[in-house]
Amino acid sequence: MSATFYVAGAIALVATFLVVTRASAVHALLYLIVSLLSVAIIFYQLGAPFVAALEVIIYAAAIMVVFIFVMMMLNLGPRSVEQERTWLMPAIWVGPGVLALILGAELVYALAISVPVEAGFGLVTPKQVGQRLFGAYFIGLELASLLLLAGLVGALHLARPQRATDVKGTI
Amino acid sequence: MLPVSMDTVLALAGLLFAMGLVGVLVRRNVIFILMSIEIMLNASGLAFVAAGARWHTADGQVMFLFVLAMAAAEVSVGLALVLRLHHQWSTLDADVASSLRG
Repeated sequence: MSATFYVAGAIALVATFLVVTRASAVHALLYLIVSLLSVAIIFYQLGAPFVAALEVIIYAAAIMVVFIFVMMMLNLGPRSVEQERTWLMPAIWVGPGVLALILGAELVYALAISVPVEAGFGLVTPKQVGQRLFGAYFIGLELASLLLLAGLVGALHLARPQRATDVKGTI
Repeated sequence: MLPVSMDTVLALAGLLFAMGLVGVLVRRNVIFILMSIEIMLNASGLAFVAAGARWHTADGQVMFLFVLAMAAAEVSVGLALVLRLHHQWSTLDADVASSLRG
């Protein structure tokens, strides 16, 4: 089933190119989500269903939602109402929508014929990943949790309300 | 249709990484720079998973999980910096914050 791989790869390249070249951050974000979804389909075809699910749940959903939250916080005021109106025009969502529709059709097709893993690549089940993660890579797992804690503390520190003593123009 | 080889997947990962690198170098909006970093991390994750699948081991997927955790931590700190930048200078231009105090 190489055709599905090549289609997903082409969509990933096109969507990523559009991410880098868009002027508006929200348009770029829509294309970035499409790009991540197509990479998830590639993962599925390479015999990594667990990672494909994580790519959709964490990358395309959780991390992108954080991006959207920050963009919403930066666009307060009456200016944003006009912006919302322009964002809802079909020209903006048709591009990502068509690409996502192709990916969705691929997914339905893959589920319908139970698409096999690409020749030369082996299926690695979530069980094997878990055994490896909590076995040989246990220290790495602990370090990753420590890194996430450090990220949490760092974000809290940086985004705290500004003190009155801070001088304009310095961080 | 050609069967998918390791070379094809690595070429795809390389192209995605190159596009992310170009995005970091060309764009001056901080949010676009963060998105391009996400693209690069994702491309390296693709290479890890492809290599793991090629050699039939779970190590590639484990490394992808670490990349994922790193990306989440990096995004949280990066976006907090974006908020701070917007608060201080009312702009998202990375060049504005080119000088440090001290």
